[in-house]
Amino acid sequence: MPIIEVSSLNYRYVGQRDYVLRDISFMVNEGEFVLIVGPSGCGKSTLCRCLNGLIPHFYEGDLEGDVWVAGHRVRETPTHVLSQHVGMVFQNPQNQLFSLSVENDVAFALENLSLPREEIRRRVDEVLSLLGITELRDRSPFELSGGQQQKVAIASVLAMRPRIIILDEPTSFLDPASSLNLIETIDRIRKSLGLTVLLVEHRIELAAPRANRLIVMNNGQIVYDGNPAEFFERYDAHSYGVYVPKVVRLAREVNKHVRLFNKPPLSPEEFEERVRMFASRRV
Amino acid sequence: MPAVEFEHVSYQYKSGVKALDDVSFTIERGELVVLMGENGSGKTTILKHLNGLLKPTEGRVVIDGTDTRTATVAQLAAKVGLVFQNAEEMFFESTVREEVAFALKNFGYSEDVVKRRVEWALRFMELDAYAENSPFILSGGEKKRLALAIVLAWGPEIIALDEPTIGQDSLQKEKMAEMVRLLNTQGKTVIMASHDVEFVADLSPRIILLSRGKVMGDGDAEEVLTDMEKLAKCSILPPQVVATLNRLQDLSITRRTLSVEAAAREVVEKIWR
Repeated sequence: MPIIEVSSLNYRYVGQRDYVLRDISFMVNEGEFVLIVGPSGCGKSTLCRCLNGLIPHFYEGDLEGDVWVAGHRVRETPTHVLSQHVGMVFQNPQNQLFSLSVENDVAFALENLSLPREEIRRRVDEVLSLLGITELRDRSPFELSGGQQQKVAIASVLAMRPRIIILDEPTSFLDPASSLNLIETIDRIRKSLGLTVLLVEHRIELAAPRANRLIVMNNGQIVYDGNPAEFFERYDAHSYGVYVPKVVRLAREVNKHVRLFNKPPLSPEEFEERVRMFASRRV
Repeated sequence: MPAVEFEHVSYQYKSGVKALDDVSFTIERGELVVLMGENGSGKTTILKHLNGLLKPTEGRVVIDGTDTRTATVAQLAAKVGLVFQNAEEMFFESTVREEVAFALKNFGYSEDVVKRRVEWALRFMELDAYAENSPFILSGGEKKRLALAIVLAWGPEIIALDEPTIGQDSLQKEKMAEMVRLLNTQGKTVIMASHDVEFVADLSPRIILLSRGKVMGDGDAEEVLTDMEKLAKCSILPPQVVATLNRLQDLSITRRTLSVEAAAREVVEKIWR
């Protein structure tokens, strides 16, 4: 049974004429890593809000269609129940952090669940070590780097033990090396916990090699849903406002001379693998 | 006379953090220069020295012949237009047109001049269609262009941009690159802080590489961005083309380039020779 099921979803914000989401349908199975891309204003963030219940519980507007998450119908499920199944991480970690220490921030939501002290402590230890930030426990979240702050935000969300985590452009304020580190961390956690990950991300060259599925949105609609490499092979990504990684362009350019790549490589590693395979056969 | 001179500049924040440590470089008029380095490397601190928001703790910053310590921020602002990373958060007027006009009026220009400069800046940044809109309903990319239009309107010779591509999608980035090139070909000195390595590789500027407040490298893009060792030291991910070729060195692929075409030729020649 899919863990997320969206059928014929349409949505427009209150007072707006146009629908931001138009006829969106898709299913996600447990453990998938779904990368969602598309130009600014295409509806990615609105879609995330429909999955964690911010729409319709906090935003007014017209909602049609149905969204089921972890066996709950979002429309009928209060957000505090949903938050135990779907964790949400936003662009700016500073909006999510507010306590005087990392430990308190991570424990905050657990205290609201009235869990026993011992259980809270156990879970905090667990998520801090999972994210590799145990040594930050007593620091103030506001003196940390952006990458560290984002890891604290993820830890607070994971402490609730959700089965799904949705991240809306979590690397926007990070430099590339910290972004790569964060995306690798997310992937590692997904594998070790069997989490389902939905990642909205502009840095497609860092995220695509790790995702097993790509959803491309444009103008409120899903225009592609499938294998990431296949998208670059079969579609003119640029015309959908999607960045074409340089390694994909490099493979295309090589193919003009010799047809080496059947499907585009998404990382320097994949490019290397293909070239070596070919080179070894020629020797 | 150079546009910008940094002579042994150090800067220490009141907290004791040394943000710049003996930084020296000269930027000639009409140059396109990108400051690169991880967060906290000193890029923004350098930009803030250009218009006198910060004054060096040691050393000298000279803008167009003027030592920034002897000039006011207003005097320097006429020479240097600095666009902050989150400039759009400072919008407060009710229309795009008024937003651009505001600073010009403050500079004391006549109504007629203000009108002409505003029209020109809006057209240049392709915002004329939105002139009567509220700045707050613009998209992220349009807000960035408006922030730039505001600065361009008063005609500074030096344009400084802090992370102009943050939060921008790929089409907006292409647009931004086009604008930067256009400004540069019109003779403006453009100085930019960016850690967006692929964006910078495509612009192909002179790069000043920074780490922990020190200059680690200074040269053209091809030279700086193909030096894997130095990039690693500064915690910068190399451009994908460079990273890819670097993995194939033992197959006698030795060429160092930023160009996709040149890299592809190198691979084809060496593997199918």
